[in-house]
Amino acid sequence: MKFSADQLESLVNTAQGTVSREVFVNQDIFQQELEQVFARSWLMVGHESQIPKPNDYIVSRMGQDSVIVTRDPQGEIHVLLNSCRHRGMKVCRYDSGNSRSFTCPYHAWSYSIDGSLVEIPGELVGVPGFDQHYKGELDKKAWGLVPCPLVVNYKGTIWANWDSTAPSFEEYLGDMRLYLDAALDHRDGSPGGSEILGGVQKWRMPCNWKFPPENFIGDHYHDISHRSVNLVGIGPSEGKGRRDTTRPNIIMGFPNLGHGVIGHPPHYEEPDYTPQFTRYPELAEYFSDIHATRVKNLGDKMRVQTGAATIFPSMSFHGRQPRTLAVFHPVSPTEMEMWRYYLVDKDAPDSVKAAMRAYYLRYSGPGGMTESDDAENWGYATDASKGVIARRYDYNYQMGMGHAKPVPGLKDAVEGGDTTEENARIYYRRWKQMMQGKGWDELMAGARGQQRGNM
Amino acid sequence: MATEHTPGMQTLLLEREIEQFYYAEADMLDERRFNEWLALFTDDVRYWMPLVANVQYRHMDKEYSREGVDNAWIDEDKRTLTQRVQQLATGIHWAEEPRSRMSHLITNVRILDVGPSLDDPRELTTKCRFLIYRNRMETEVDVLVGKRSDVLRKEQGQWRVARREIFLDQNVLLSKNLTTFF
Repeated sequence: MKFSADQLESLVNTAQGTVSREVFVNQDIFQQELEQVFARSWLMVGHESQIPKPNDYIVSRMGQDSVIVTRDPQGEIHVLLNSCRHRGMKVCRYDSGNSRSFTCPYHAWSYSIDGSLVEIPGELVGVPGFDQHYKGELDKKAWGLVPCPLVVNYKGTIWANWDSTAPSFEEYLGDMRLYLDAALDHRDGSPGGSEILGGVQKWRMPCNWKFPPENFIGDHYHDISHRSVNLVGIGPSEGKGRRDTTRPNIIMGFPNLGHGVIGHPPHYEEPDYTPQFTRYPELAEYFSDIHATRVKNLGDKMRVQTGAATIFPSMSFHGRQPRTLAVFHPVSPTEMEMWRYYLVDKDAPDSVKAAMRAYYLRYSGPGGMTESDDAENWGYATDASKGVIARRYDYNYQMGMGHAKPVPGLKDAVEGGDTTEENARIYYRRWKQMMQGKGWDELMAGARGQQRGNM
Repeated sequence: MATEHTPGMQTLLLEREIEQFYYAEADMLDERRFNEWLALFTDDVRYWMPLVANVQYRHMDKEYSREGVDNAWIDEDKRTLTQRVQQLATGIHWAEEPRSRMSHLITNVRILDVGPSLDDPRELTTKCRFLIYRNRMETEVDVLVGKRSDVLRKEQGQWRVARREIFLDQNVLLSKNLTTFF
């Protein structure tokens, strides 16, 4: 059953501040999400530091589909559906490797990414029995691996979109780009320059895939979840808490794009240096030097600071502590697969990378002392929403309704102070618009300023 | 009568001693005597659990993520193991509140290296398999199986774990979190 635009209006009632539990447990809604949200949105598939050399590849996911992310001998990055066009077998079953061709283990159809051999990356080049069994009549050019039409390398993060009519990645981000930059840029303020620690943590959670991005989009309210680590004190410096302190963050969202962030609005001067990672006194000089370089590099230019954030629909990141990227892959309405990447400055000394790594792993991932508690909450929230009686009662998203105001310096952004559910309302409104099957002209109308979207 | 293919009595006794050490450790974990368990580790312990990747047979050397460089599931020292025990004791560590039921099964125990000598064993390299059954709330079940490689050191007449490598046989972790000790 397909949910109509009207049904979706009642499921996500942002005027009342309610969202139906169906959205988190219903199989038909899940299927509609795969088609209307995942097959049309920009999804992060990996990081360029995973495929530094020609012919390097990784296997990633987009929605429920397996994809190969590969760098061809000419250096271009491609995203190809990891499924043989003949009988569907995965042509690549390794997590990563180096190869300029992929041969299906089932009937040995083989596909090449070498631009000197083929016109389209992933083209079918080898078919056993092409002359004898196919009588030379198979149109090989028409049966290559399905290429994803839109692929972009944004400061090292690789994003792809199956919808060739989608806006460019930068337009899709809007001014949210500033906050992604703040995560991906070098700590000294120069553009880019980050890499990920080798290997991606991948794990299954019995929760709807929307719980984590909603959590990361600006849920300051859930601090009770992490009280145990605050008591123990797992931050990079001595004492209670779980990260080094900073000036208070506020919750900012992009009502016409669906993204949101906990961070600082644009400012033009760098806050004074405060010591960080003081558990590692040998690194004090590094951190104070990098701050001085940052002050010099940025001068009086505009900058932002980012904490946790979500890029609609299923990618979240933290720009500071711990500096990580996460992607939430849908498995079923009540199960998702989470992937976590850890970011460091590529040219940082090994001792700094080691300190970051130790802190990140303590905090995040399934073994992280903070994230392990998130899993419990998201899992049992999903479980307790399954019952027929439970489904009659919507979730409450009314905090701070009607109190958001524009953010000076940002295009088309609102803020709701320290603690508000404005960003969750923004997220689910965007989700609803996409689920309703609206085209990109309509979806981007608000952000493009042609008309204000229906809020 | 011992032949060259039969282990000597000293080896048998040492094997028995180490097996009992591991069974006692499993009891401490399963009976939630975590402070006792912490005392089994040396102050300079490294407790590390790498990620495992699906790689081609000719790249099997890249199967596990590299220690000290790459990502991992868990990478601890004594201080942070202690913090994990403290977190369990807060009573508001929701992932283990209420507590999961766990059983640690330790098997295939082998001693690979004895130093400096069998007559005076003070440092051992051991290998074993673990099977950890976790049952949580009403129906949640996790089964964690893998290999463990330890360095045991004798301190004040007691065996202590100076190093533990944990190789979990899962690529995508099939548990929502890792709040058990291995």
